Amino acid sequence: MAVKVYGPDYASPKRVLVCLIEKGVEFETVPIDLFKGEHKAPEFLKLQPFGSVPVIQDGDYTLFESRAIIRYYAEKYKHQGTDLLGKTIEERGLVEQWLEVEAQSFHPPIFDLVLKIVFGPFLGLTPDPKLFKESEDKLCVVLDIYEERLSKSKYLAGDFVSLADLSHLPFTQYLVGKMGKEYLIRDRKNVSAWWDDISSRPSWKKVLELWPGLY
Amino acid sequence: MAAPVKVYGPPLSTAVSRVLACLLEKDVEFQLVPVNMAKGEHKNPDYLKIQPFGQVPAFQDESITIFESRAICRYICEKYADRGNKNLYSMNPLVKASIEQWLEAEGQSYNPPSSTLVFQLAFAPRMNIKQDEAQIKLNDQKLLKVLDVYDQRLESSRFLAGDEFTLADLSHLPNTHYLVSVGNRGEAFSSRKNVDRWWNEISSRDSWKKVVEMQKSK
Repeated sequence: MAVKVYGPDYASPKRVLVCLIEKGVEFETVPIDLFKGEHKAPEFLKLQPFGSVPVIQDGDYTLFESRAIIRYYAEKYKHQGTDLLGKTIEERGLVEQWLEVEAQSFHPPIFDLVLKIVFGPFLGLTPDPKLFKESEDKLCVVLDIYEERLSKSKYLAGDFVSLADLSHLPFTQYLVGKMGKEYLIRDRKNVSAWWDDISSRPSWKKVLELWPGLY
Repeated sequence: MAAPVKVYGPPLSTAVSRVLACLLEKDVEFQLVPVNMAKGEHKNPDYLKIQPFGQVPAFQDESITIFESRAICRYICEKYADRGNKNLYSMNPLVKASIEQWLEAEGQSYNPPSSTLVFQLAFAPRMNIKQDEAQIKLNDQKLLKVLDVYDQRLESSRFLAGDEFTLADLSHLPNTHYLVSVGNRGEAFSSRKNVDRWWNEISSRDSWKKVVEMQKSK
């Protein structure tokens, strides 16, 4: 039975989709319309009590939080598809470090920018540049550190692609799209090369083709 | 015998204390390396080589330097798997996935409102920074919503990930400790039956009591 992934039209579930494709794990998707409030329906809250996407169902088993889901499948299928965890305990430690950096330092400011600029109009808000300057400045601090790191290492955790790199795909894709913020990536030579590398992986191209969302 | 591992940063830091609690649970000997943040030592070039964001903690053992407290905790549990509390980060895939789920819930849903409240209620006054009442109100509301989800979960589960105390529970200790003590938010926890039971149980672990002692003495 294939894994079911809820909410493929949105960014966080795409973290899961791209990793499942890299690992060659069969899955199907179940659409959830956040604009219609389907994530607040009682049946959905039974699966994901915080009312967020994604959540997966694997037979009777349910798991939420995209970064927990990708760790689970990357380990379960360690010997199949692309190795996304590094080969040693130390390499895994660096994967965890940069995945936590994405979760704790990269994600909050980019999420704020995406919410205000991409989704704002749908929520009846006009994006006032003053309101997101703080988030853009925070994101620049992080991107400057990535620029330095990627001058020494092809990917974030080392010379191997990992969960840490792939975790950046869904929200950064917004940045280089209609938001008008592509310069944040292109102004940084190493970040730009890294972005081109990871976003041209067949797995990510497949995700974009099948679930273009609001990109 | 291997040299003690090094942890950089003050025990008063919530993120540093997360790592200390994990090392104590795992019976891994460590050496605390002071970083005087009041003097800006976390921003000096030598420290930035270890932690480019200029944050605490950083961690070193004989084979690696690593930062981000939750990454450090996972690394400690994998590297020293045979020591101390073996249930902290189970090797069983389904149990481990449940731990990851609740550890991510802590990082993504609990930490943002609780760390904002900890800063506003516990640290801002000490730093002579004016408290932001709007931020406090907003984050109090967010925190209560998360605690409602936890109360529901802990109705049918002794700890967040299952029957055992794990990294998922441990990760909540630092912020919650400040919230219920200096932050005056005890009632949010004690008024929720299952959260109350859970908080009393996890905060009375020997490892956490030792960390609180370390915080008092520095």
